[in-house]
Amino acid sequence: MEFLTMDRWSPYAVGIGIGILSWLTFLLSDKPIGCSTAFARSAGLLERLFRGDKVNDKPYYREFVPQIDWEWMLVAGILIGAFVASVLSGQFQWSVVPDTWAAAFGTGSIPRLAVSILGGFCAAFGARWAGGCTSGHGISGTLQLAVSGWIAAAGFFVGGIVTAMLIYRVIG
Amino acid sequence: MLQTIRSNNRLQLFLGLLVGIGFGFLLQKGGVTYYDVIIKQLLLQDFTVVKVMLSAMVTGMLGVHVLRSLGLAQLHPKPGGIGRTLPGALIFGIGFGTLGYCPGTAVGAVGHGALDALIGGVLGMLAGAAVFAAVYPKLTPILNKGNFGPLTFPQLFKVNPWILVIPVSVAMAGLLYVLERTGL
Repeated sequence: MEFLTMDRWSPYAVGIGIGILSWLTFLLSDKPIGCSTAFARSAGLLERLFRGDKVNDKPYYREFVPQIDWEWMLVAGILIGAFVASVLSGQFQWSVVPDTWAAAFGTGSIPRLAVSILGGFCAAFGARWAGGCTSGHGISGTLQLAVSGWIAAAGFFVGGIVTAMLIYRVIG
Repeated sequence: MLQTIRSNNRLQLFLGLLVGIGFGFLLQKGGVTYYDVIIKQLLLQDFTVVKVMLSAMVTGMLGVHVLRSLGLAQLHPKPGGIGRTLPGALIFGIGFGTLGYCPGTAVGAVGHGALDALIGGVLGMLAGAAVFAAVYPKLTPILNKGNFGPLTFPQLFKVNPWILVIPVSVAMAGLLYVLERTGL
C-alpha cells in the first residue's frame, strides 16, 4: 500500500484514473463529471439564507435550482479526497502564498489574496457564461467530442496562458 | 438494474460523494491541486496539467464510447454557441491564470490547506457565480447568439462516432508521446 503514501503519482496514472471515474459516472449516474454548476447552486443557497425564498424566482436559479445535488456532493468529495491524499503523504500544510508567486511578488498575504479573489470571481463568472469549467467542458466535453467542449478547452488555455504570461513576464 | 441505481436519489448523492473523493484524491496525487504546478503549465514550463487532462480524455473517450455502443450509457454534451462558449471560456481563462486554480482544483487545494484557494478561490468563485446569476437576464441575448445546441463532432460531420474517436485518441496519445520525448 506504499503507493498511497507517495507524494506524487505519474500524471498518466492520474489521468487514466480520472478517465475511469468518468466511465463510472456515465454508467451509474448517467452524468458527466463537472464542478462549476455546484458553485452556482451554492451561491443560490447562500443568497437564500439572506434573502429568503424569493431567490428561487431569479431566472438563473429557476434553471439551476439552489439545492444539494449529485454534482454538489462530488465537489464536496473533492475536498475530502484531496485532504486524505495530502495527509497520507504528509503534505497537508496550511499555506497562503504559493512559492512561484512569492518568488515574483513577495511573501505578503494581502496581494496574493486580493488577486486570487479577483481570479476566482472571473473564473466562476466565465465558467457560468460558458456553461462549464475545466472539468465539465475541458475533460467531460472533449471526451464526448462535444463541439462546445473543444472550443471551451481552447479558450480556457488561451485565456489562461495569456493572463499568466502577462502577470509573470510583463508585470512580474 | 442501472435504472434502479440511477433513479435512487439518496444513492446518487452518495455515489457523487464517492466519485468526488476519488477525483480529489487523484488530483492531489497528480500535483494538479497546486498553484505552482498549474501556473507553470500556463507559463508552458511544466506540462503535468496537460498530461493529466489528455490521459483522462483518451481513457474517458474510449470507455464512454464503448459503453454507448453497448447501449449502457448516453452522451450528455453541453450546448454551445458563438456568444456563449468562446467569450465565457476566455473570461474563465483570465480567472484561471489569475487565480491559478480552476473550480475543481481550488476545492482540492483547500483540502491540503491552501488558504488562497479558500479565500480567493472559493469565496471569489461564489461571488462570481452570484453576480452571474444576477446579470443573467441581461446577458441572455448575448448568450443565445449563434446557438448550436448540444452538438458533437460526429453529428456535425454526420459520421459514426468511432470514425473520430479512434484517430483523436491516437493523436492525443501521440501528443503525449511527443511531450514525453521532448522532456516537457
